[in-house]
Amino acid sequence: MFESLSNRLEGIFKKLRGRGKLDDKNIKDAMREVRIALLEADVSFKVVKDFIERVRERAVGQEVMKSLTPGHQVIKIVRDELIAIMGDTLSEIILTNTPPTVIMMLGLHGSGKTTTTGKLANKFKKDGRKVLLVPADVHRPAAIEQLNVIGKELDIEVFDGKGNKNPIEICDRSVKYAIEKKYDLVILDTAGRLHVEKDLMDELRFIKEKITPQEVLLIADAMTGQDAVKIAAAFNESIGIDGIILTKMEGDARGGAALSIRAVTGKPIKFAGVGEKLNDLELFYPDRMASRILGMGDILSLVEKAETAFSEEEAKRLENKIRKETFTLEDFRDQLQQVKKMGPINKIIEMIPGVKGLKGLKNIEINEKAPIKIEAIINSMTPKERTNHIIINGSRRRRIARGSGTTVQDVNRLLKQFVQMKKMMKKFSKGGDIYCPL
Amino acid sequence: MIFKKKWNEKNPFRRLKEGLAKTRANFIGGIDKVIGGRRKIDEELLEELEETFILADLGIHTVSDILDGLREGAKREKIREEADVKNYLKKSMLEILNQADSELDTSTSSPFVILVIGVNGSGKTTTIGKLAVKFVNDNKKVILAAGDTFRAAAIEQLEIWGERAGVDVIKSKSGADPSAVIFDAIQAVKARNADILIADTAGRLHTKTNLMEELKKIKRVMDKGLPGAPHEVMLVLDATTGQNGTSQAALFNESLSLTGLVLTKLDGTAKGGVIINIVKELGIPVRYIGIGEGIDDLREFNAAQFVDALFEE
Repeated sequence: MFESLSNRLEGIFKKLRGRGKLDDKNIKDAMREVRIALLEADVSFKVVKDFIERVRERAVGQEVMKSLTPGHQVIKIVRDELIAIMGDTLSEIILTNTPPTVIMMLGLHGSGKTTTTGKLANKFKKDGRKVLLVPADVHRPAAIEQLNVIGKELDIEVFDGKGNKNPIEICDRSVKYAIEKKYDLVILDTAGRLHVEKDLMDELRFIKEKITPQEVLLIADAMTGQDAVKIAAAFNESIGIDGIILTKMEGDARGGAALSIRAVTGKPIKFAGVGEKLNDLELFYPDRMASRILGMGDILSLVEKAETAFSEEEAKRLENKIRKETFTLEDFRDQLQQVKKMGPINKIIEMIPGVKGLKGLKNIEINEKAPIKIEAIINSMTPKERTNHIIINGSRRRRIARGSGTTVQDVNRLLKQFVQMKKMMKKFSKGGDIYCPL
Repeated sequence: MIFKKKWNEKNPFRRLKEGLAKTRANFIGGIDKVIGGRRKIDEELLEELEETFILADLGIHTVSDILDGLREGAKREKIREEADVKNYLKKSMLEILNQADSELDTSTSSPFVILVIGVNGSGKTTTIGKLAVKFVNDNKKVILAAGDTFRAAAIEQLEIWGERAGVDVIKSKSGADPSAVIFDAIQAVKARNADILIADTAGRLHTKTNLMEELKKIKRVMDKGLPGAPHEVMLVLDATTGQNGTSQAALFNESLSLTGLVLTKLDGTAKGGVIINIVKELGIPVRYIGIGEGIDDLREFNAAQFVDALFEE
């Protein structure tokens, strides 16, 4: 996400970092580079202009000249201004007191409305809400079928329009049905349309007037170019939107559209689509995203992921084990399973600060199967072996390898790693405080 | 068939211009505003031109190159007036586009196999539907392969287009191996003596290595079923896409050696300027443009017409 922009800015400020003082020329060079980077990133021309002006004004001011590390100061200014554009706070979808809350999804063709509808429904279902999906895209071939398949996969009801070709009627009936059947949430999946098609834009307005949804969400492709400003403005002006979901964020798009859309509509970006699976939807954290743009990593997202994966109780139990040095292979396996809950390893690694600057990492394929292998090996051990790894001799190793479909070398490697890990833990628990860079 | 009549209309140039009317109005509107009534070329004019082109998604580097050329030309005193500026810009863009201007010739092989790829939501399936209609109207026997076995209801979507075009669709179950479906389709094309096979694939981001491997496998399987296939590897690009279009084209090209591009959704306000950058960098020809949702809203791309239409009042 935003990878190239991060790299670019890191490149610029690496030059700045080496200098003691910032003069007008330094700032001018840096601003030119920032401008190019932002334009390359598809940030709207106008937004870039305003942005550069604000950063320049602050950069030539006293605060930088007095500062001992002007380079860092400039980074901070750029970051602060990025956050200022993208919104200072996290914006969630608040459900109404009197259900159902109605969410209306709209956007251009192929922006990812139907997939995102499924992801959003999945998120609320996990929160224990009763969700109704409404296929209001009567234009694109098989769009209704697509939503039905998604509903089936998620075990979420999809409203049956019974062949009705009028999206306004479909939406109206679905909401009545949702009230009657006591649904918490209704998500209306409308057809993709161009913002210049008057009839189709009117259709959306009629739906909005008839239903008065609580949330009208614009679904926008993170790869959108300069047109993002026009698209967002048109949807916001003729229909009125409450928020934005940015899709296809897992690619290498620099995602300047995020800045542009936010700047032009003033509406918050609520979620980010980060993959093809139905749980690949994340809350959009403007401050974290700004850090990410600047290549400072996304350490907060990482911490949050870790928090949901490890319950506090489990963590305590583990800590105890480490202190008492009774950490076994079984605990090791449990830990692996918890790490897996955090998501694919490459996504986790992306969030670590500094990793983005490592060019070599780009070409390294993360072996997602390694933990599976380790699990298989541990599973093939007897309970006795798991609690006391010292008894695992040559013949036991051969048996474990056969049982887990691996080789004796694999088993040896795992045991070696485990022993090293135990040693490290011993050091940590005896040394008291573990150094934490944060 | 109504669309058949429309497609064969004698004056495709007029239709192209109509389709591009909005694009032109915006683009020219911008340029004329900048050039209109001016005499001298100064830095202010260049800055305004830069803005116009950047807003058209040409990309900062392409724009810089074009404007550097303009600057030098002005110095040599060849470019002095607004008409010269216009001609110069037109020529620069044509030069870039012409290096790869060629139509898709399906007569080079029988059967002719087209592999259609692109990121999610770029308009692959719709483009395939329109292409099928076009080839049917050229009296070709066409078969479609439902290679998008991943996205929900993608197969159904292609089937509806197959019905519209009156062509067979070779398919398997959702979740099936796309290579297997496409291999079957190649066998069907041979057995049924069809002229053209168009293979749909699931949309994928160009950065996903494993999904690019899947496409490479599809390509290998095609060659195994019919040596020399695919004869066309066609990337479908959304005109709304900004500079990421360059990365898309570059990475798909790296893995699959693209032979043609299709630029869709040109009927909105997006100008699709990134295509100039792509053609410049990779030299891959633009085959078609999509300018509407109708079954006949696919036009053969012609660099001269495209640039003319852009610059015409």
